[in-house]
Parts: sequence; structure tokens; C-alpha cells
Amino acid sequence: MRPRWRAHPVLCLRAERVSAMETGFVEIRNLHKHFGEVRAVDGVDLSIKEGELLVLLGPSGCGKTTLMRMIAGLEVPTAGQILIGGEEVDEDVPPRARGVAMVFQSYALYPHKTAYDNIAFPLQAAGMAPAAIRGRVQGAAKRFSIGHLLGRRPRQLSGGERQRVALSRAVVRDPKVFLFDEPLSNLDAQLRAIARYELKELQRELGTTTVYVTHDQVEAMGLGDRIAVMNQGKVRQVGTPQHVYDHPADTFVATFLGSPPMNLLEQDAHTILGFRPESFVPRQDIPAGTDAAVFQFKVRQVEYLGADRLIYGAVDTPHRAGQTVIADLPVTITTPVAEGRAYEFAVPRRALRHFDAATGLARDRGAA
Amino acid sequence: MALPREARRPFSTSVAPLRRRTLADREDWLGRLMLAPALVYVVALVGVPFALALALAFSSARSGSLEFSWVGLRNFWTILPDPQFHRALWNTLRFTLVSQALVIVLAVTAAHVLSAAFVGRRLVRFLLLLPWAAPVALAAIGWTWIFDSTFSVINWTMLWLGLTKRWLYWFGEPQLATAAIIIVHVWRMFPFATVITLAGMSAIPQEISEAAVIDGAGFWRRFFQVNLPLLLPIITVAVLFGVVFTSTDLSVVYLLTRGGPYNSTHVLSSLAFQRGIFGGDLGQGAAVALFLLPVLVVVAILMLRTARRAEVGA
Repeated sequence: MRPRWRAHPVLCLRAERVSAMETGFVEIRNLHKHFGEVRAVDGVDLSIKEGELLVLLGPSGCGKTTLMRMIAGLEVPTAGQILIGGEEVDEDVPPRARGVAMVFQSYALYPHKTAYDNIAFPLQAAGMAPAAIRGRVQGAAKRFSIGHLLGRRPRQLSGGERQRVALSRAVVRDPKVFLFDEPLSNLDAQLRAIARYELKELQRELGTTTVYVTHDQVEAMGLGDRIAVMNQGKVRQVGTPQHVYDHPADTFVATFLGSPPMNLLEQDAHTILGFRPESFVPRQDIPAGTDAAVFQFKVRQVEYLGADRLIYGAVDTPHRAGQTVIADLPVTITTPVAEGRAYEFAVPRRALRHFDAATGLARDRGAA
Repeated sequence: MALPREARRPFSTSVAPLRRRTLADREDWLGRLMLAPALVYVVALVGVPFALALALAFSSARSGSLEFSWVGLRNFWTILPDPQFHRALWNTLRFTLVSQALVIVLAVTAAHVLSAAFVGRRLVRFLLLLPWAAPVALAAIGWTWIFDSTFSVINWTMLWLGLTKRWLYWFGEPQLATAAIIIVHVWRMFPFATVITLAGMSAIPQEISEAAVIDGAGFWRRFFQVNLPLLLPIITVAVLFGVVFTSTDLSVVYLLTRGGPYNSTHVLSSLAFQRGIFGGDLGQGAAVALFLLPVLVVVAILMLRTARRAEVGA
């Protein structure tokens, strides 16, 4: 059969889709979820590879959590398909039959149960023998170094300890897919960095396919094997953190990722020019011979942040004068910059991105 | 500290009369004033009768006479060996415990049904609350007809369904009268308990129920291991309320059976009423009525403590 498909121009396309299905462990096809008039998820196609950590990144209300809840089986899609491990999971496949484990933003621990019973709960539900449960729970607790806390109730645990209990409860059943719904957002900043590191290590060690929802781009960049950037119910771009950062598919992705965001300049009626603040440096700090675009940068304000300087100012293009631009100079660039003065700043041409002014879509996607 | 004179002048004439503090500004006195009616109400209608009942229980007062003399514990020594008193005490406990047990089961079930989304849910919720809002006397008349010795609809229905072969005289046989009283108590307390349980259910974070779903727990496991334990504090509040309401209730027994047949369904409050008002022995009536007081004080303390924990907890 197959050679005949290949020969046929339309069937050939179908053959490609079939092979794509074989690679993705979690497959999402044209998925929709509408709440009345609101299209929370509006036609999402996504292929999550076995063992990878895919981050769903987007602002609040972009549909990322709804998408995850549909994978978990907590929401029934309005239209579309979800496949886990090659099997379609529709509303006839309840969450317990999907082999997914979820960590909630609030951790959703059972407040009346001890840490031990919290972790043991999914195993008890699966009908495992008490002796086997004991071994698994203690194994999981040891992994997260909470063995001494197993007798306590959630109320008696700190935020970080609760998070570990929640992770233990997810890991203990050896699920096919992990679903994480902003599990770090309730931790304070210092703890969050450590937890992020540990989470990534855990995921690599277990090799479990993981979907991770967050609105924090730092978390997404740091954790994700790939990032799917979502906005208004649609996936705007999927790719490795570096690819998404360096080659944003449109102006939304360009400004959502990066802090400060990518600078966008109206170059002419049809083109928006984009460049990262860290690519925008004094002309003399660009190695001689580099092909670069030069701008007159009128500096309004300088912020010293220790490791770098943020410089706010404006540049003119023939199309529009006085467009706001931010430069992010690392501490290694020592060229003095004073407020209220104009300097020659430049961007290497390879760091320039071009977007269509009407659609916001990137022109130079070919670089991928 | 003084404002420049020019700044003050335009306001000085209009502001002056308002500068005095009014009652509305004086929160200490305003608070007392607004609490006063409630205080008067509680003292006059609860405090005075209660003190009177305490005094009467230790006296030989009789209705129709102004004579009043202290007799110490004599009233209590009289009622303690009285078999009719034993019967009333046992009935009070029995009616209360059995009806509250049934109320818990029904209320939790109804709360689960009503928390689900379905068409006409608001109407059902409204209908459910009706028994609680209906005046006891009106409801009791309705129930007297339902259990009537000639016209009982329950008897018709059961005969028609073949559940019974003989005609049941609800108020003529002690067991049936007991059942009838418990049914009416359940009917009265069940809406209140359902509403409280519903409120408790909406306080359980949705994520916890969802976590249980994802952890693979089926309906019964979720119910007994997650929802019910989390509802327990609030159910306790509902039950303790029910215990106080039911064990002190006079109206249901009085309006349905008047303690009959053969004084078999008397509870403490109806016995107190019979002894004190019909029998005229106020002292003995008060002693009977006060007998449950220590038990109810403990229940009330438990209730307040649980209610506080339910607020803070979870």
C-alpha cells in the first residue's frame, strides 16, 4: 500500500501524518475547547515525544491549563483528538485509565491524610497489596528526602515539603505521563530555583514524558526540552528554548519571551524590525568587520542592575521617529553611557529579525 | 499645625456645625445601643424563664397557687425512680439518635445530588428547604392526616404496593407511633442538614477532588476517603444542632401523639409539659425539663468548638 501513497500527491501527505503519529507519545490533533462563546483552546496540534519535557507557556487565560486538563481527562474536548501512547483517549477513557499523574499548583494534598497516606492513595486506589505499597511509598519518600515527614499532615509541612509530597504522590505510581500545573509558583524565589533544578533532574532520571504548564518564561526556558508558546487558545510556536528565543515565529512570541522583551521597530509600512536588548550595544563594542545596522540611540534612563545595565531610550527610523528601545549591556561592556545624550548603537545583522507589519509573522523563518 | 488662614476661611462657616461628634461617630456607645434590643430579648425571653425554671425545679410550686417553698432535691428524687420518666428519657435519646443518624445519611446523599448540575436544580433546592420553613403546627396537622387511622395515604400506598397486608394504626401502636415521630423529626431536620452539608462541600477545593480523580479513585473511594472526612467537621455541626433541636422538641410529640399510646412516646419535654402544666406540679415539671440540661451544655460546647475548628481548618 505504502508505495502507492507515496506516488500519489495527496496520499503522500497522509503518509507523512501517519509517521508523525508514530513518533509522538502524546498526540493532540485539532483540539478545541469552547466555553460558550469563549474559545479557550482553539485548534491545537501538538506532538509530544516520548521522554521529553514539553512546556506549555503563555499568559494567563491563553488556554494552556485547559489543554492540560483535557489531556488529564478532567475536561471533555469540544472537538479534536488526544492520543496517549498511540491509543485514543476520549471521554470514555476516564482519568484513572489514562496513566497520567498530575501535580497541581496548590498541590491538592488531602488535608486529613498523613504524607504517607497521601502518597499511598493512588496505589491503594490501584488495589496494590499493603506490603508493596509500603515499599513504593518509602522509596519515593527517600528520593525526595521526606522520609522523616511521612507521619505528618499537610498542615504541619512547609511549602517546599508539601511540594515534595505532591511530587512523590505523582511519581509513586510510575505513570506514563506527568502533568505539572505551575507546581513551583507557590514557592518563594530562592526555593523555586532549587526546585526547578531538582525537577529537571528527576524528569531526566525517570525519562517520563512530561507536560509542564507555566506562565513564567524563565521556568519554561530552564526546564523545557521544547516550549510551546500559546496565546488566545492557539499554539504560536513550538521549538527548543533557544530556537524559540532566537527565532520567534511572530511578534507575540518575540515580546513574551525574554526580559526585557525583544525590541520592535517599525522599519517601514510593511516591516517590523526586531532585535534582542542584549544584541543592541555601543558601536565600538562590536568587533570590527561585523556587518551591523547602526542607530542613533537617544538615552533617557540608565538602570544599574549589578550584572548588567538596562538602558532605556529612543531611536528613529525613516518610517517613525522616537521609537522606544531597551539595551541590555552586560557588565563586560564598560563604555560609559549617560542619560540625556545620544550615542551610536548597533545590532549585528545576524541578530536582526523581520516581521510582517500586518500579520506579525516572522519573515525569516527559513533560518530554522 | 495650623493651616494658613486663607486656606481655612472658605470652609469655616459650613464646617462649624458638623464639628461636634454625633452618636454615629461614637462607636462605643453606638455599639451598645444597637446591641441593647438583642440583649433585652435574650434576657427577657430566655434568661428569665431559665432562671425561673431553675428556681421551680427546687421548689414545691403548683399552678393556681402563689405558695412557694424550697424543697431541695425532692423533685428529682421523685422523678428518678418513676418508670414513666425512664421511658421519656429513653425515648428522648432514641428519637434523637435514630433521627439524626438517618438525617446524616439523607443529607449527605441529597447534598451530593444537589451539587451536581441538572435542570431544575434551583426548584429542587427550594422545595427541599420548605419543610424547614413550614410552621411546626401546620406541618404536624399535615402529618396527622398522613398517619390518620382511617385516611392514611401511607397505608393506601403500602397496601397497593403489597408491602403490608393489614391496616396500620400509626398512633395506636407504640412501635408505629415511635416510627411516625422519628419520620417527622427526620423530615424537619433533613433540609437544614442538607444545606449545611452543601455549604461544606462547596468549601472543599475543587483541585482536591480532581486530584483524587486523577489518582484513580472511584466514586466510593473518593466519597469515603476524601469527601466524607473533609465534610466531617461541618456534618458534626449539623448533627449537634439537630441533637439540640430534636431532644428539646415538644411540638412533634405533642401535636402527633400527645405522648400516647399508653404514654409510650413521651419525651422529657412532653412529660414535663404534662406534669407541670396539665398536672399542675410546676416543680416536678421543671425538674423533668431540666434533666437534660447538663447533657445539652456539653453538646453545645462541643458544637461551638467544632464550628470554630471547621472555620480555621482545611
